[in-house]
Amino acid sequence: MPAVSKGDGMRGLAVFISDIRNCKSKEAEIKRINKELANIRSKFKGDKALDGYSKKKYVCKLLFIFLLGHDIDFGHMEAVNLLSSNKYTEKQIGYLFISVLVNSNSELIRLINNAIKNDLSSRNPTFMCLALHCIANVGSREMAEAFAGEIPRILVAGDTMDSVKQSAALCLLRLYKTSPDLVLMGEWTSRVVHLLNDQHMGVVTAAISLITCLSQKNPDEFKTCVSLAVSRLSRIVSSASTDLQDYTYYFVPAPWLSCKLLRLLQCYPPPEDGAVKGRLVECLETILNKAQEPPKSKKVQHSNAKNAILFEAISLIIHYDSEPNLLVRACNQLGQFLQHRETNLRYLALESMCTLASSEFSHEAVKTHIETVINALKTERDVSVRQRAADLLYAMCDRSNAKQIVAEMLSYLETADYSIREEMVLKVAILAEKYAVDYSWYVDTILNLIRIAGDYVSEEVWYRVIQIVINRDDVQGYAAKTVFEALQAPACHENMVKVGGYILGEFGNLIAGDPRSSPLVQFNLLHSKFHLCSVPTRALLLSAYIKFINLFPETKSTIQEVLRSDSQIRNSDVELQQRAVEYLKLSSIASTDVLATVLEEMPPFPERESSILAKLKKKKGPGAVSVNELEEGKREGGELNGGGGERGGDNSTIAASNASTPSPSADLLGLRTGPQVSAAPPSAGSLLVDVFSEAGVNDDGFLSSAPPSAVSEDAAPPLPESNELLNKFVCKNNGVLFENQLLQIGIKSEYRQNLGRMYLFYGNKTSVQFVTFTTTVSCPGELQSQLNVQAKPVEPLIEGGAQVQQVINIECLGDFCEAPLLNIKFRYGGALQNLSLKLPVTINKFFQPTEMASHDFFQRWKQLSQPQQEAQKIFKASHAMDTEVIKAKLLGLGMALLENVDPNPENFVCAGVIQTKAQQVGSLLRLEPNAQAQMYRLTLRSSKDTVSKRLCELLAEQF
Amino acid sequence: MIGGLFIYNHKGEVLISRVYRDDIGRNAVDAFRVNVIHARQQVRSPVTNIARTSFFHVKRSNIWLAAVTKQNVNAAMVFEFLYKMCDVMTAYFGKISEENIKNNFVLIYELLDEILDFGYPQNSETGALKTFITQQGIKGQTKEEQSQITSQVTGQIGWRREGIKYRRNELFLDVLESVNLLMSPQGQVLSAHVSGRVVMKSYLSGMPECKFGMNDKIVIDKQGKGGTTDDAGKSGKQSIAIDDCTFHQCVRLSKFDSERSISFIPPDGEYELMRYRTTKDIILPFRVIPLVREVGRTKLEVKVVIKSNFKPSLLAQKIEVRIPTPLNTSGVQVICMKGKAKYKASENAIVWKIKRMAGMKESQISAEIELLPTNDKKKWARPPISMNFEVPFAPSGLKVRYLKVFESKLNYSDHDVIKWVRYIGRSGIYETRC
Repeated sequence: MPAVSKGDGMRGLAVFISDIRNCKSKEAEIKRINKELANIRSKFKGDKALDGYSKKKYVCKLLFIFLLGHDIDFGHMEAVNLLSSNKYTEKQIGYLFISVLVNSNSELIRLINNAIKNDLSSRNPTFMCLALHCIANVGSREMAEAFAGEIPRILVAGDTMDSVKQSAALCLLRLYKTSPDLVLMGEWTSRVVHLLNDQHMGVVTAAISLITCLSQKNPDEFKTCVSLAVSRLSRIVSSASTDLQDYTYYFVPAPWLSCKLLRLLQCYPPPEDGAVKGRLVECLETILNKAQEPPKSKKVQHSNAKNAILFEAISLIIHYDSEPNLLVRACNQLGQFLQHRETNLRYLALESMCTLASSEFSHEAVKTHIETVINALKTERDVSVRQRAADLLYAMCDRSNAKQIVAEMLSYLETADYSIREEMVLKVAILAEKYAVDYSWYVDTILNLIRIAGDYVSEEVWYRVIQIVINRDDVQGYAAKTVFEALQAPACHENMVKVGGYILGEFGNLIAGDPRSSPLVQFNLLHSKFHLCSVPTRALLLSAYIKFINLFPETKSTIQEVLRSDSQIRNSDVELQQRAVEYLKLSSIASTDVLATVLEEMPPFPERESSILAKLKKKKGPGAVSVNELEEGKREGGELNGGGGERGGDNSTIAASNASTPSPSADLLGLRTGPQVSAAPPSAGSLLVDVFSEAGVNDDGFLSSAPPSAVSEDAAPPLPESNELLNKFVCKNNGVLFENQLLQIGIKSEYRQNLGRMYLFYGNKTSVQFVTFTTTVSCPGELQSQLNVQAKPVEPLIEGGAQVQQVINIECLGDFCEAPLLNIKFRYGGALQNLSLKLPVTINKFFQPTEMASHDFFQRWKQLSQPQQEAQKIFKASHAMDTEVIKAKLLGLGMALLENVDPNPENFVCAGVIQTKAQQVGSLLRLEPNAQAQMYRLTLRSSKDTVSKRLCELLAEQF
Repeated sequence: MIGGLFIYNHKGEVLISRVYRDDIGRNAVDAFRVNVIHARQQVRSPVTNIARTSFFHVKRSNIWLAAVTKQNVNAAMVFEFLYKMCDVMTAYFGKISEENIKNNFVLIYELLDEILDFGYPQNSETGALKTFITQQGIKGQTKEEQSQITSQVTGQIGWRREGIKYRRNELFLDVLESVNLLMSPQGQVLSAHVSGRVVMKSYLSGMPECKFGMNDKIVIDKQGKGGTTDDAGKSGKQSIAIDDCTFHQCVRLSKFDSERSISFIPPDGEYELMRYRTTKDIILPFRVIPLVREVGRTKLEVKVVIKSNFKPSLLAQKIEVRIPTPLNTSGVQVICMKGKAKYKASENAIVWKIKRMAGMKESQISAEIELLPTNDKKKWARPPISMNFEVPFAPSGLKVRYLKVFESKLNYSDHDVIKWVRYIGRSGIYETRC
């Protein structure tokens, strides 16, 4: 916009503004403004007509007063009058006032729209631009309604001036962003794509923003833009820096346009046409080459523009992830930036490398920079850069460098910023566990972790150590020794005391031979920490003491003395008191045999192994499958402290490790859920074994060589427990679907007839944001024709601690058995997380309850008497047989619970109709509990055999 | 206890910053500026809590005085201290303005060191402070003088030194009252109270013992019982009920509690002897009768009559009536019989000023206000008409009955002291709804 020229300058306005600026206090300012307002009011009174100039001046003053934060409730009419002026400055001020001050529900909106319409249809490009700017600035729904049809016409009309086209494109983008439903695609869309060929670079730049936004919604309609964009890009890239004249910025040709083109290309997969692809690769190579050239200018703007293009190109390369050559080159280029003087460049390089590390082609290349990254972690001054470096280390870690990386991260942890410690601890724990070959190393690492950053170590981490130590005989002695040594430090963290208490209580005998760690010394060491600990830890220590009595009878009297002391036996805490009393009695009454039985060593956590894994293990010997073993160990998490309370926590560890370990091990585990593995035909079980055993033989590290996130782009197989999760939701519509350390997914759903709506709430439980958060809902196999599931897109960014919502619309087309799959992918601190769940959509959700009388019921019951229409199951009750609970569950199922129908009042009968789009399936249910035998007989009859079967399956799990 | 004390100018720049306790960090200075001085809202609470730190502030012209604390202090004490601090500064260098504060910053720091110790308020009596904090640099004080100051400051009567001598023993007594009123358009009193102060200026020799008497209802009733019935009936009418009062530290509170007599050894120079508040039987000096008529959407007619309601022999001064106008006023015509009236756009009000007005008179103003039609549906809130004035009597009805001076050591008696008594009644918030 041209500045108001001096000759046209509004002196009154200038004086007023300088008066305001000179006011000494707020009060003086308010006085001056009140005076001015009164003056303007008297001028606007309407007795005498004002000329355009004074009108403009006063509207300007009002605008200024408004911007100072005062309410303005008059002058709108005058501003609207200005719109119809023929002078540019007057019109401009009018539009300015309106875009700032007029709210959408004003009655003036009709007048304004009229004025805008006039300007749009005028031939004057300046006026058209002003009108377009006003629409874009207001951007309200009303504006969109009024002009959404008009603007595309202006945009693609042949005789429109370039500057107007530019404004129209941006205006349309704004309207599309505010109300996408009003901007309808039409024949103009194809012509918009051709704006990429426009002579005028400004138009291209504006159009590309619009296209990028539109193509995200309708990628197919804009597919043609890829080749156009590539050719445009190649023209820019190959041009000499002087060719583009106005669009050359510090010797870089059209940097903004290039960045936007590259970003547009990131919306699409690599072009299939060989020629186009070749040209694009050439472009990318040129960009990489240019980065190597010496800079043409020392100015920072030059390097900024150049690097902007380069980084955009690299993210395109990463997006394609198909050109090993380019990926490696990009990686090398980034490697150079790692040592650059500019902090911002180092940050960006680390961030991009994080994504490169997850590509199988460039993982090795990234690994060559490990020294530099470690150095950055140690010496970098900027905390955000250090954080990125830590992320990158985590992402590039694999079996070969795990020891080094974990050691570096541990040493960094001592000086790390408090804000990132928790995250670092989690990362170290995950890495140490994932790549542990040598268990003494693992134990050392975790104990070190607790020593260095005890406050940040979550419960799960130390549960894990104990599980592993208990399950592995070979490290028990070592662990006991290490723990004993660690406890000798004058001040240790409470978590350390917990681990120490547990391990010495179990395996203290293994080191008791050494006089330096004789039983009494061990006990005294533990007890010296006792008084500094919280109640749960003390309870754990008391348990350890009673185990000592069993392990070392010679300590009995000392320990009994301790238990008998007032501070234990009369402790105000009930738990401690009870333990003290019980253990004291136990130790004094029970014979040694009884004691030995009661206080026997904890059994190893059972490993529920699949036969495939067992075979694999036999072939390779222990150690090679350690990852699986770890996973296995985790699965059994809960039993640890004999307390059911910890179960929930451990479950989340499983989930976390699964989520963060989309490695082959997850694949293997996924096998157990059966048909999801597409690699092998699910029926040929024996064949499957061969496949895996061979893989084990041929490839020393089937488990280790494949980088951790090689499968990242594919959806992870559904979590093994997802079936259980599904069952949880058969009889209810709301609840928590899934939870691990990072993410919580809540669910709320409602169903009517054959339609359903589901709200998913994704909550970020960490303090770090999740980026590129995407979810996809898919219907595997024939479910596609049975269920129509539409998920609204979800925000790609979840701030730490924030929650986002996703709406899923479901339409039931026909009856179905499977559940749709929900795949969630996001980056947490640089590492890709990938997990799949089953959405709890089951056939019973589409039930409509039907009330009927007794004889009606039995009449229908008889009608459905064909054998395939009935499904029956007799099963043992897995929950208490409480009538009210059963009733609630049956109601939750969706059917109508019919009272006084069955002659036996103990029995439950229900009736309902399943509404699908294709047909309605009437279903009847009869549930006969047998309280003596704790058994149920469940009978289902419905007009369709698959429905009866499925319902029977679903329901049998509920009681 | 007060953790720190800051003085800001109107822009929020710190002029004086004195921190007494470690729990107040430097960032407290900025917190107050950002959250209070630069805050957008017009009405600010005198106490602001930011991040568990309490800020108590008072404003004098363009200067902000803020006391900061992290503890749960007695807020009244802090404000009392801040007011005292303002008084002390005024006594030292006149008006509290940015320039004066900048010119006297050394003095202010010295004062702050003296009147607050680790956040606990100390002697803040101007007279006493002036003996040892001076602007003339270090005077060649003899050892005796120094020890005298020490013994005075630490002694029982910290507010007066010994050995004061005047040729003429004189005493000035001012009763200053401000009357607050809120009245309905129909003339019904919605709330009214008088807050008054008794300010003394004493130039007396030696260590005189003074006794102050006024027409306090309790005292009069007590005496009435002892005296004749005729006397009691007569004075009973004129006695006033005091709701609450506070005294200068020189007044012996024990004597007031037991006998309700006010006796004291006065400081030298000017000081405030007592403060009080009354709510019953207030003489309202003026009555405002408003009449507002809306003529259509674009016109408003206002007529206001004021009546003076006191003895015709007395003269009220500096009368000012402020009639608020709607926010969309575009023009005003005023006619008044007495004084001058003007529409002040900057204050959104018609201001009517009368220099002098005798008792039992009335005067009238009428105005025509033109309005600009707005698209805003909000109705005008009709703020009350306010008034300012000064009258030469005490609206509460307080009368000074006696002030006796006894000085046993020196050779002058009560009769030799020249005494001056003056009553001034001012308007506080004196509003009538319209």
